[in-house]
Amino acid sequence: MNGLNMNSFKKATRPKEEDFAGFSCNIPQLITHRINQFNGFFFENKDSNLKINNGTIVCSMETAKQKYSSILAKKNIKDLSSYEEGLFIYVPKDAQIDLPLQILDIIKAEDSILINSKSIIIIGENSKLKLICCDDTVNNKSSISENSLQIFLEDNSSLEYYKMENINNSSSIFTETDFILASNASLTTFWLSINGGNIRNKLNVSFEGEHSKAELYGLYLADRDQKVLNEISVKHNKPNCISTQLYKGILDDSAEAEFKGHINVGKNAYLTEATQNNRNILLTDKARVNTQPFLEIYNDDVKCSHGATIGQLDQSAMFYMRSRGITERSAKMLLMYAFCNEVLSKASLQELKDKLQDIIKRRLHGELSSCENCVLVCNNPCESMDVDITKIN
Amino acid sequence: MSLIEIRNLHASINGKEILKGVDLTINKGEVHAVMGPNGNGKSTLASVIAGKDNFEVTQGEIIYQGKNLFDLSIDQRAAEGIFLGFQYPVEIPGVSISNFMKTAINEQRKYKGLDPMPTFEFMKLMEEKKKIVELDSKLANRSVNEGFSGGEKKKNEIFQMAMLNPTLSILDETDSGLDIDALRIVAAGVNALRSKENSTILITHYQRLLDYIVPDFVHVLYEGKIVKTGPKELALELEEKGYEWLKYE
Repeated sequence: MNGLNMNSFKKATRPKEEDFAGFSCNIPQLITHRINQFNGFFFENKDSNLKINNGTIVCSMETAKQKYSSILAKKNIKDLSSYEEGLFIYVPKDAQIDLPLQILDIIKAEDSILINSKSIIIIGENSKLKLICCDDTVNNKSSISENSLQIFLEDNSSLEYYKMENINNSSSIFTETDFILASNASLTTFWLSINGGNIRNKLNVSFEGEHSKAELYGLYLADRDQKVLNEISVKHNKPNCISTQLYKGILDDSAEAEFKGHINVGKNAYLTEATQNNRNILLTDKARVNTQPFLEIYNDDVKCSHGATIGQLDQSAMFYMRSRGITERSAKMLLMYAFCNEVLSKASLQELKDKLQDIIKRRLHGELSSCENCVLVCNNPCESMDVDITKIN
Repeated sequence: MSLIEIRNLHASINGKEILKGVDLTINKGEVHAVMGPNGNGKSTLASVIAGKDNFEVTQGEIIYQGKNLFDLSIDQRAAEGIFLGFQYPVEIPGVSISNFMKTAINEQRKYKGLDPMPTFEFMKLMEEKKKIVELDSKLANRSVNEGFSGGEKKKNEIFQMAMLNPTLSILDETDSGLDIDALRIVAAGVNALRSKENSTILITHYQRLLDYIVPDFVHVLYEGKIVKTGPKELALELEEKGYEWLKYE
């Protein structure tokens, strides 16, 4: 773990809200309902125009256990007493939320801190939600953040989930996220590991009803000694469900990535369609990737496929581009950007997509992250770019 | 003054000598056809001029506009006006043609110390040049060569040539894989771009292309050397007698 000793970290205490004043993760043109978590603690957003008037509940888990125990009781949540500092979001039945919700998970460590938060989100029948989760550190102090999140998608509900991990090199983030899908539910996730010393994501999807679908997209960019693990488990417990996984990564310097993709198709889960793809580009011979597809199928009537590639940048494409006058550096940038864009192009929130394209562009431009302060903190733009690789189609 | 002078060029790949002393001089405004059977070094010659680095130049030199070409990188050669039309154009998924061309033009401009081309001017240039090769407008927004037919790929090469306005174009087997209509369009495009200021090397092993693009000179590259040079009629003679004939010359 980058030489960090977990014992030397001490559990975070509730910070002062004013210490976090002035930090915002702005996405131009994208208005969101903002939810703040500072050092893993929920802080009520007092901004009045952020009220959601359809019965949606946003509060801390501590509050939820007192006020909404009847809602929680319907879900079989193990070890509920351990949920304290996390977040509770409840979208009632038939609710449309006009704006995306944005959870800002900001870490501002004074010392080596250990953050532990467990959250629950319930999306009621026929409801739709777009959720953006940003994990950011605002200084260079080390921290370890362990987040667990359970998300329930009830019948006919839909969720688009965007996760952006963008923390400093001396920090680690370990996430475990469970998506539990009832019938006719639709889930799309974008998991972007943009920066961080040690990132480990476990994502579990479980189909508990028929005719649901899950599209899981991921992109990880790592350099120096960064480590990124994505461990995905998709459990097809019911018939007629569709899952797709597309995870891509670019690794520079001595970075290491691991992809473990597990698809389990149960005995009764006939007419399942499940695909999995993991593609990697290694920019140096010291960078490493370990990719492990694992398909466990107990049923004949299924369509399943998986594929994994690890390679360098396409040398014939490099020559082709350079023969047109594009410098080696720009040709590399264009190829890397195109590689990432296959994932980004699936995002439906255009404003966020623009922002992400910009972040990725900056990240790649920094080969990969030498421009740390510019690249990593959203509200501190770095303007100089040699090649405009986004604005023209 | 000559535009490019190739003197006693020897080049190898993986230790195997492919070019065994090529001499070729091209002046401004001239079109030269380089013909010869497959596997005799035509494409190698094109690649060495463009700067592909899997070839090792063991002897000889290339002087281009007074500069030693081997002092320039691939992209610098392009910015100096050398264009290679590929026999097998490369697919680049995720990079649109317009983005590709905008980057290429602006990087060439940067090399020359010029500011980037304003977007409206670039769009106008695209529209104008697309017409030269009847390139479908929809293609311009697609990824470079991805899913293009053989004819579309070759049209796209000539379109790029038109956009970049090179001084020396090397067209490597541009006619291969083209039906007669596509060949006509591609040839018309090349002819439209011909001027007193620029020169072309046409690499082909069929005379067919030369019915449409009439060369000033025809060279035969055989076993790594130019063994015969003549006027455009030489191509017809080759077509009639075959390359075997040269062995007895």
